[in-house]
Amino acid sequence: MIDFAKPDIEYGLLWPLLLIFAIACLGVVVEAFLPRGRRLLAQLALSLVGCVAALVGVVMVGLDLSDHGAARGSIVAEGALAVDGPTVFVWGLLLVITVCGLLLFAERRLEGGVSAFAGQAAALPGTDAERVASSKGLDHTEVYPLMMFAVAGMMIFAAANDLLTLFVGLEVLSLPLYLLSGLARRRRLLSQEAALKYFLLGAFSSGFVIYGIALVYGYAGVMDFAGINDAIANETGSRTMLLIGMGMISVGLLFKVGAVPFQSWTPDVYQGAPTQVTAFMAAATKIAAFAAMMRLFYVAFGSERWTWEPMLWVIAVLSMVIGAVMAVAQSDIKRMLAYSSITHTGFLITGLVGIHSADGLADGQITATQSVLFYLVTYGFMTVGAFAVVTLVRDAGGEATHLSRWTGLGKESPVVAGVFALFLLGFAGIPLTAGFAGKWAVFASAMSAGAWPVVVIAVLTSAMAAFFYIRVIVLMYFYEPVGDGPSVTLPSFLTATAIGIGALATVVLGVVPGPLLDLAAHAGEFIR
Amino acid sequence: MNTEPYILLSAILFTIGCVGVLVRRNAIVVFMCVELMLNASNLALVTFAKANGNLDGQIAAFFVMVVAAAEVVVGLAIIMTIFRTRRSASVDDASLLKY
Repeated sequence: MIDFAKPDIEYGLLWPLLLIFAIACLGVVVEAFLPRGRRLLAQLALSLVGCVAALVGVVMVGLDLSDHGAARGSIVAEGALAVDGPTVFVWGLLLVITVCGLLLFAERRLEGGVSAFAGQAAALPGTDAERVASSKGLDHTEVYPLMMFAVAGMMIFAAANDLLTLFVGLEVLSLPLYLLSGLARRRRLLSQEAALKYFLLGAFSSGFVIYGIALVYGYAGVMDFAGINDAIANETGSRTMLLIGMGMISVGLLFKVGAVPFQSWTPDVYQGAPTQVTAFMAAATKIAAFAAMMRLFYVAFGSERWTWEPMLWVIAVLSMVIGAVMAVAQSDIKRMLAYSSITHTGFLITGLVGIHSADGLADGQITATQSVLFYLVTYGFMTVGAFAVVTLVRDAGGEATHLSRWTGLGKESPVVAGVFALFLLGFAGIPLTAGFAGKWAVFASAMSAGAWPVVVIAVLTSAMAAFFYIRVIVLMYFYEPVGDGPSVTLPSFLTATAIGIGALATVVLGVVPGPLLDLAAHAGEFIR
Repeated sequence: MNTEPYILLSAILFTIGCVGVLVRRNAIVVFMCVELMLNASNLALVTFAKANGNLDGQIAAFFVMVVAAAEVVVGLAIIMTIFRTRRSASVDDASLLKY
């Protein structure tokens, strides 16, 4: 007979996460009961206030984390979640990115008084129903609760401390994103196709994750990360099962971060999805998935390091090289940024193969966790900013994403071209931008673990990547506009704020990276 | 109890699902194959729970069912929309985005 004991839930540590879930559920209720005209403002206010409150909560939780060996924090909710330094860091970062994403979602001036999302997703493209929907100025305000659900899923994913929670977090973050990708107002066929591809491939990869989880559970007999690590250290069962299981879970996580060879969805989805959604998901999904990946590899599979390390070496090199080579050949700005994000995944994995425990390092060396967390911040802000700029360059058919339409943008609008050039230089890793500090951090981390072949290739790919970033800058400044030339629509303060935050972070983190690096170091290790 | 046959069956089901996703054209059938993969995992989880003598795997199977149900809702919505737009649910027809 099993006695049921009431589970202990540490509400004091988990309330930022629970608050975001509550906001998402409340958003659904608002959608059901409020008249159409008042929904937008209510949803936006609800989500923004919720995010800011949760952000305050994350800071409060972060300030009084208790010491726990080399790590800080504690394992909560009966072992399902871990609220430690890296979790709090990632939660804070995710919420700031979400606020930027909300500002982009709410932008209504670019489309002339409506949002970038389909007026009525159920109305077929090119039919009377769609024309009626757009002439009435209808809008889908469901995007806000969907986004909040995705954020809640990401927060779980980053904090997951057992395999089941990892899987649930993965699904809760993915399902809303599949829907958001298909809701574009313009070019709806592309958007729906992106949603279909993202959904089918995403579901396929999550099938691999759950089968891998079953195998690892079969090997270790437990679901929680620390228990798996103990089982590996004691060599309890069949190693074949462990290795296959580990490989299958890695497939799913590497799919989510868009690493080669699981990258094929990235360019299609980034191009087809509404640009506001791309901005949010390119930054936030990668942040959450890297946090989950680090926790899984360091905490659960820490004793098995010599198995997964060579695999990640290969994947890092492939992602960097293939991402950079393919990006050179692109003629669409969103696709080019998608391939560039694959390259950045490679750089992040380069940081991930570093040594994650400060014990194994000399003074002044940088841990893998610290370098990856820092890189995620720089990458997140630059990505949101760059995609936000893409929403501004438009012609009669919506966003003008073909590179030829960007020719001579420097003459048309020096400010927009200048900000975009700043983001591109940041991506390329030019000194005095955030990208340089980030690249330095991940390379230093990989060097300390003896991964010098990866670092050499990473440096060479950086040079190759700089070529296609600078090609766009040359196109914007040194060529005469073709035909009418590109036109820049002035955004409202919402998009302007999001771009401003991105640009500010790119410059500030490039000039004074020290405080943030210290904060990332202060986050400490993953708790076990 | 010998659990090996159950694991073998789950591996076979998973492989059928996996191959199905790769070779079938119709989005609905592809999606059904994904569901088969999830159910194969359920069988494996429950079997391992029996072999390990604890309940974690059985609890996980419930969660997988809930996730599969949620995935059906989202997936069918997306496939329905694209079918109504294109009058076809073939994954080969959706090929505007490439290279």
